[in-house]
Amino acid sequence: MSASVEYEPVIGLEIHVQLKTRTKMFCGCELSFGDPPNVHTCPRCLGLPGTLPVINAQAVHYGIMIGLALGCEIAPRSQFHRKNYFYPDLPKGYQISQYDVPLCSSGQLGDVRIHRVHLEEDAAKLVHAGASGRIHSADRSAVDFNRSGTPLAEIVTEPDLHSADDAREWLNLLRTTLRAIGVSDVNMEEGSLRCDANVSVRPVGSTELGTKTELKNMNSFRFLAQGIKAEVDRQVDLLRSGRPVLQETLHFDPASGRLTSMRSKEEAHDYRYFPEPDLVPLVATDEMLEAARAALPELPQARAERFLTRFGLSDERSRELAFRPELADFFESAVEAGEGAEPQAIANWMQALVERLADGADPAESPLEPRSFAALVRMVSDRTVSRDAGREVLDILLREDGSRATIVEREGLGALSADEGGLAGIVAAALAADPDAAAQVRAGNMKAMGPLVGYVMRETKGRADGGEINRLVREQLGI
Amino acid sequence: MSAAVLELTAAAAAAAIRAGELDATELFELYRARAAADELNAFTWVADQPPASVAAGAPLAGVPLGVKDLFCTENVPSQSGSRILEGYRPPYTATVVRQLEAAGAPLLGKTNQDEFAMGSSNENSAYGPVLNPWDRARVPGGSSGGSAAAVAAGLVPWALGTDTGGSIRQPAAFSGIVGLKPTYGACSRYGMIAFASSLDQAGPLTRDVTDAALLLRHMVGHDPNDSTSLAFPGEIDLPSRHDLRGVRLGVPEELIGAEGGIEPGVRERFDAAIALAEGLGATVSPCTLPHAPHALSAYYIIAPAEASANLSRFDGVRYGLRVAGDADLTTMYSRTRAQGFGAEVKRRIMLGTYALSSGYYDAYYGTAQRVRTRIAQDFRAAFDQVDFIVTPTAPSVAFELGAKSHDPLAMYLNDYCTVPMSLAGIPAISIPCGLSEGLPVGLQLAGPAFSESRLLDAAYALELAIGFDGSPARTGGGGA
Repeated sequence: MSASVEYEPVIGLEIHVQLKTRTKMFCGCELSFGDPPNVHTCPRCLGLPGTLPVINAQAVHYGIMIGLALGCEIAPRSQFHRKNYFYPDLPKGYQISQYDVPLCSSGQLGDVRIHRVHLEEDAAKLVHAGASGRIHSADRSAVDFNRSGTPLAEIVTEPDLHSADDAREWLNLLRTTLRAIGVSDVNMEEGSLRCDANVSVRPVGSTELGTKTELKNMNSFRFLAQGIKAEVDRQVDLLRSGRPVLQETLHFDPASGRLTSMRSKEEAHDYRYFPEPDLVPLVATDEMLEAARAALPELPQARAERFLTRFGLSDERSRELAFRPELADFFESAVEAGEGAEPQAIANWMQALVERLADGADPAESPLEPRSFAALVRMVSDRTVSRDAGREVLDILLREDGSRATIVEREGLGALSADEGGLAGIVAAALAADPDAAAQVRAGNMKAMGPLVGYVMRETKGRADGGEINRLVREQLGI
Repeated sequence: MSAAVLELTAAAAAAAIRAGELDATELFELYRARAAADELNAFTWVADQPPASVAAGAPLAGVPLGVKDLFCTENVPSQSGSRILEGYRPPYTATVVRQLEAAGAPLLGKTNQDEFAMGSSNENSAYGPVLNPWDRARVPGGSSGGSAAAVAAGLVPWALGTDTGGSIRQPAAFSGIVGLKPTYGACSRYGMIAFASSLDQAGPLTRDVTDAALLLRHMVGHDPNDSTSLAFPGEIDLPSRHDLRGVRLGVPEELIGAEGGIEPGVRERFDAAIALAEGLGATVSPCTLPHAPHALSAYYIIAPAEASANLSRFDGVRYGLRVAGDADLTTMYSRTRAQGFGAEVKRRIMLGTYALSSGYYDAYYGTAQRVRTRIAQDFRAAFDQVDFIVTPTAPSVAFELGAKSHDPLAMYLNDYCTVPMSLAGIPAISIPCGLSEGLPVGLQLAGPAFSESRLLDAAYALELAIGFDGSPARTGGGGA
């Protein structure tokens, strides 16, 4: 092939998600993360002789929720199989998984078709002593069975992705969706979300699939994009120089950012799948489907569309909010707080709020109340306080570590408006507490209004009316 | 007292205890002494003291129980006849053993068996062969050979076995006692060290049909720990029937002819039993199970396939034997399993692994499953015409030790008449129907799923009519 041929990557993903059930897939041991080794074990998840698996109903419920959220068909009867191979992290010598009849199939999320979703059990965790960190050259290996039998959903896409960035973005949509429906922590660093990629390339315009390689161990979003990019480049280089792509499994090394072939004896498996005789087929009843449907919240994509159409937010802003359910919830609470702030203005101020929070933090965990946030936004829109002053007020409200007395806030709102004397007292206290700001405002520097408003908002837990505070400050300063 | 007490069936002993005529602890001690002095190698472990107490009013009243080694018993060796589990003491007790203990049948001892229940002579035990109490030069059958020999020799009043393709019925036949394989799913498999999960069932080995009914009554039921177990419809009734009027018996031509290698002496006893049944009012007619001749072939695909996976957990990592030295992982696996498993177990792991391997799965495992479905259909069709199917339990009487141990196929043919019922998941009972060459012959009756109470009733009527005398085995046997 000539060097001028343009190639198109074709990418499919295989995602393993640890389900956030209380207990393991086939026994009553509690799920754990970070506990001392081998404290969450029983005869079943240790694979002791004579033990039998019992399907975790909550895992099935979560599996069906995932299937419905991804628009899949749910199999009325699905089947568990045994996948046979020897490894010390696999106590029975086989993994109970699903094979030819998975729980869910034929779905779609965004632009990507879902091939299947099935349930299975996780392996135990191996710890190797010695330089290599791999079992075959370790001085000693130890097994921690806490993870053994943790429920997993394996989600397999069709090869519908065409760039590393698309793959990364789509995985984020999947992660957001799974997080929103509450079935998993979906944390790549902790291993509750793991993603392998099948990568091939083909000349642009071709409809045939090229030889694919399987990429493993990309345990962050960055590594996923990095790994796929590197592999696409490698395959294109091979083809351009007239060499074939070999079908193989590649291991991503985060330290070097490189892929190494895993071809070895330990990879050459014939899993000898056969139906698990210790379990009867899994029947998904109408009741189970109904319960799963009822448990599904509005999905992030639908929510983003609603923000766009109902509140007139931009496409980008809608997704930013909707794809983080905790931000979307806070935003909607603020909109519904009835402070008269415009949804678009609230959405814009959400940006300022996110910048002030730790990465990934939930604003509901901060001292800031959606209602005071909305009130603040309205004051800025009203020009009751300046934009800069508003930012300062936001800082103050976020620093306050008083309890969030939501009910008091609601109860108290009317009372405070009716009791101007009470508010006047707080305004007076604010002026006394910050004589500098008071002097500046008196001198005409309205920017100094910020700390005073912030004080009153804090004292009143956001119940005070911004215009009223402004009026009282002016009145008390005689301006 | 002891000689008379030993002649009591378990049900009679339980009644005597309840009536205050017999002390449960004395009974336990009597049997404990006999089991400890076992010369048949029937036991692999015997309790060193009687149980602390038996609940007052417990229906089984403290009559001690022998339990096949493969049932997990907490802190008591449970080795499944294998070197790879030598000294293994589980942290929990199998459901049926717990149920029976709760009903008042305390554990007297663990009984010898073929390794992982793979065998028909008990010669495959890592702990040595069991001798037949009728003739100590002969095998007691297998795989529940220890339980059968112990019950026949009066070393224990009754015992638990497991049946995968005939492992209760065939040793019961060879040892001149009663053995029942329940409907698949009737009894929990939780705590049974698995051989072939879709076939394994626990069942009683007893001196008579009434004892079998009494023991089974406390074994059945759904167990939340076993998803394949089912609630038993109704209770197991104690048998009471003295005739067979209105009962239709079917004799499947495929299982009584030359193909199954039925010995003339066995055929004679079988025919005599059929004549007795007609005398009791039964109507006897030929019936057909067209796919039954393929049962053994299907069985020797399905059972080894499941076994090959079930036995993967014996890898030297967590429990049991480990042969490592300073070798790497793969060498540790192969050394452990090479030294831990016996020849028959290895043969079946190889067979099963092959049958499931890529490219062969459908030709072997797939075909075997289709044959299995046909066999189950054959039985359903037959039970439209007849109430029970009757066959000899085994083609021969007990054979001599070593006679077949180098010919696996000859050994497998022992199960010719019992495997079809296992594949169909239906209940079947073996009762002694006389002697041939001085050795017991077994008669098998099989019925539809969950027909245990009716099956026991019919077997009871026949038992009364046959009047088999099992006492020679208890008093030393022919070869003693």
